[in-house]
Amino acid sequence: MSHATDLLPETTPTAAMIRTLGLIAMICGVIIVAAYQGTYAAVQENKRIAVERAVFKVIPRAKSIAEYAVSSAGELKKLGAGEAAPTGSIKFYAGYDEAARLAGIAAEGAAKGYADTVRILFAWDPAAASVTGFGVVAMRETPGIGDKILVDAEFLANFPLEAKPSDDRLVLAHEIRTVKHGSKTNPWEVDAIAGATITSRAIGKAINDTAQTLVPRLAPHLDKLKEKS
Amino acid sequence: MSQARNWDEFMEGIWRQNPVFVMVLGMCPTLAVTVSGINALSMGVATTFVLICSCGLVSLLRKLIPKEVRIATYIVIIATFVTVVDYVIQAVSLALYDALGAFIQLIVVNCIILGRAEAHASKTPPAPAMVNALGMGIGFTIGLLALGCVREILGAGTLFGISLFGAGFQPWVVMVLPPGGFFVLGAWLLLFAALERRKQRKLAEVRHV
Repeated sequence: MSHATDLLPETTPTAAMIRTLGLIAMICGVIIVAAYQGTYAAVQENKRIAVERAVFKVIPRAKSIAEYAVSSAGELKKLGAGEAAPTGSIKFYAGYDEAARLAGIAAEGAAKGYADTVRILFAWDPAAASVTGFGVVAMRETPGIGDKILVDAEFLANFPLEAKPSDDRLVLAHEIRTVKHGSKTNPWEVDAIAGATITSRAIGKAINDTAQTLVPRLAPHLDKLKEKS
Repeated sequence: MSQARNWDEFMEGIWRQNPVFVMVLGMCPTLAVTVSGINALSMGVATTFVLICSCGLVSLLRKLIPKEVRIATYIVIIATFVTVVDYVIQAVSLALYDALGAFIQLIVVNCIILGRAEAHASKTPPAPAMVNALGMGIGFTIGLLALGCVREILGAGTLFGISLFGAGFQPWVVMVLPPGGFFVLGAWLLLFAALERRKQRKLAEVRHV
């Protein structure tokens, strides 16, 4: 009998295994929580600066920003820095110039590009009822082809792009759409870059998808937004 | 521990057992993030940090870890330090964090780290384990930089963001696309294989003489 037990491989007691795993989980837990709390302030500050920079880039006259959300019922709500918008509402940034007057509205848009979703931030000028420009938040388009949307002079000449609410204030008066290179005839059309049609289309669609709901919802609130509160 | 042993542990990863060029391990970040020098350097530094910390902790706890649960333990330890790196990079630069994307989190499954924990740190005291991890980390960083710099120079005409050739340069765009990673890695491996072959031939000649 004892001979048989001698042949069995040495096994670790269950308690020892659980004890070790528990101890390691505890050590790791402490390290992770310490790292999270130690970097929290710096990460939040970085996120705020990144948003500010992106907004200042698309609204060059802006010197300060305020974050808002407008719900599907058309209610305007001011958000704290970095606060997420309630479900169903659209978040946007109001950019104010030195004299605290509204310089423009910036909002995010996203559409499927060639490689992945192209996420952009575009600026809308309420006075001119047009989209004045855009900046890329994230994209993985082909370098040298799709990323021409940021530098191609002809493509950038598409802006300002008309985006005014329809008379019933439910949608845009004209849908923003991308047309084949050289066939733009209306101020709400985006002239595609030859050879980068898919990325050009993504820009048009991203702006249109957000603007279709945001611009009409904003219309009744523009007076409130004129001065920085 | 002698100086010579320390040096030997350190040099193993840098040259003899270089993770990229000799062991050909951790190819996922090697091919994916090396589109620029700065990406390569940051990925290398992040991986080196995780390597040193996890090898140090694994080595420290090696007598406590029962072999039945060792893989689970190593992964938890590695994942912990990857999380730390993830937060630190977000705190340092969001632009860098976006550029490295999912590859920071994927350090958890980088085979160099689990490989070092299993094959080296679990059998060695903390000091040599960490020195070896430092060597491996630097060797990995050198490998990434070798790819990242070549790809950035050819594919964008810049090095660490500084323009090298002026406005007339026509970038060789394929080099910053996924196929470029394979081309440049292939070229480096070819070079290392040729060097190794020449060394072998010289040794054979010496033996004949």
